[in-house]
Amino acid sequence: MNHGPYDWGRPSDDTYGAYNHQIAAANNSQFPKMNTQQPIVTGTSVIAVKYQDGIVLAADNLGSYGSLARFSDIERLLPVGDSTIVGISGDISDLQQIERILDDLQVQDSYDMEKPNLKPEHVHEYLSRVFYNRRSKMDPLWNSTIVAGLSSTNELVLKYADLLGVTYSSPAIATGFGAHLAIPLLRRKVETEEDASKLTEEEAVELVRNCMKVLFYRDARSIDKYSLAVISQSRKKIDIHKGLRCEDMKWEFAKHIRGYGAPQL
Amino acid sequence: MSVTSAVSSDYNSGVSNVPIEHQFNPYSDNGGTVLGIAGEDFAILAGDTRHTTGYSINSRYEPKVFSVGDELLITANGFAADGDALVKRFRNQLKWYHFDHKKNLTIKSAARFIQHLLYGKRFFPYYVHTIIAGLDEEGKGAVYSFDPVGSYEREQCRAGGGAASLIMPFLDNQVNFKNQMDPDSNGTAKKELKYLKLDEVISLVRDAFSSATERHINVGDGLEILIVTKDGVRTEYYPLKKD
Repeated sequence: MNHGPYDWGRPSDDTYGAYNHQIAAANNSQFPKMNTQQPIVTGTSVIAVKYQDGIVLAADNLGSYGSLARFSDIERLLPVGDSTIVGISGDISDLQQIERILDDLQVQDSYDMEKPNLKPEHVHEYLSRVFYNRRSKMDPLWNSTIVAGLSSTNELVLKYADLLGVTYSSPAIATGFGAHLAIPLLRRKVETEEDASKLTEEEAVELVRNCMKVLFYRDARSIDKYSLAVISQSRKKIDIHKGLRCEDMKWEFAKHIRGYGAPQL
Repeated sequence: MSVTSAVSSDYNSGVSNVPIEHQFNPYSDNGGTVLGIAGEDFAILAGDTRHTTGYSINSRYEPKVFSVGDELLITANGFAADGDALVKRFRNQLKWYHFDHKKNLTIKSAARFIQHLLYGKRFFPYYVHTIIAGLDEEGKGAVYSFDPVGSYEREQCRAGGGAASLIMPFLDNQVNFKNQMDPDSNGTAKKELKYLKLDEVISLVRDAFSSATERHINVGDGLEILIVTKDGVRTEYYPLKKD
């Protein structure tokens, strides 16, 4: 037996000869099987907040190739069924894989049921299990996602799931940089479920749009063009507004901006 | 071409070229802490409701202690995805147990079963500290605690998770009267063990968690205590500091 710390417990090469790696390479290729080791083209934050009558969700349209702003029309808010939106950040090719997986799920659902029955709680459970199974195979789908929608009992569902299979629920959720930049702004208005029940739709949209502006200011891998989804309980409807722009931005020399840097008279 | 470096150490004088690789890490720490205490005719299992990754608070209310039926309480604290997976598997198998045997699962059997669930992944472990609580066949309170690979033990009390090292010595002293003497013996006899009452246990748990909240960054927001007695399971919630 090999007693070196790096190969402890392996048969020693002196006795058994070097291990033949071809044996384990079931794909019979010259190289071992390769899994996703890092994201390539990426999408940045997704943010979401609950309000008294639903959920507002937003994600920008940029696909970054490292620091290169490579694609500027990537849609990262995916409708699934008629009462769910899935917002996805992270690797874009894995996003497209998830898109196909969820599409298959919808087709399957439409075969089984006479009317659409796929609800956000089901989508979230399914998606988080896909993530967890892939991470357990050490072949992760490199994404963080937010699932939002109206449940089978017409209640609000707002949940998170990521590449590790970690899940949680909260009245305000953000992925990636948004967790650092947008969450403090969102929690200032919506710390608890009770706060959410007092926030109007107009206030929620304004809040999320302000967060998207702050993210564009401070997140280098972002763009000022984004999609925003409004889920409404009373209207039983989801509206996705596409191609929105960050508005009322100030790009003057910092010295001349009020409220920026040292206080001015 | 891959980046290589010559690695040698005290243990291995042979210089080998090992490529430096960045590997995907399948684990993370989602913080939180849990605590189980057994009384004479009751048992409690408590946990804070904060969910974290790194320095970020993901959620202020994400329960991690569950009542799974048969008057059994379960929690698996550590890596949340593994914890959820373990509890889901347990719930599913409990359902099959009912179909197959038409009787309740005893806490003794539940404990042995969880050992098998955990040890089954001995070489890719569930990164969790598991605690279950309930009543034994004689109706006495029971707490069983497990390490990540399934070693387990029945105990009067056990803290698990991030602040376990802060809470456990306090419990040793207050539940098992460790380092306490009988005041009448003039320091010659140990204080005799006795069962604590439910309200005493609740206030111990609340003190333990509010103290852990002060000293541990991953503990806070809320405390959820599940109490099992012969009358069933009851839940109590107390807010903790949110900072």
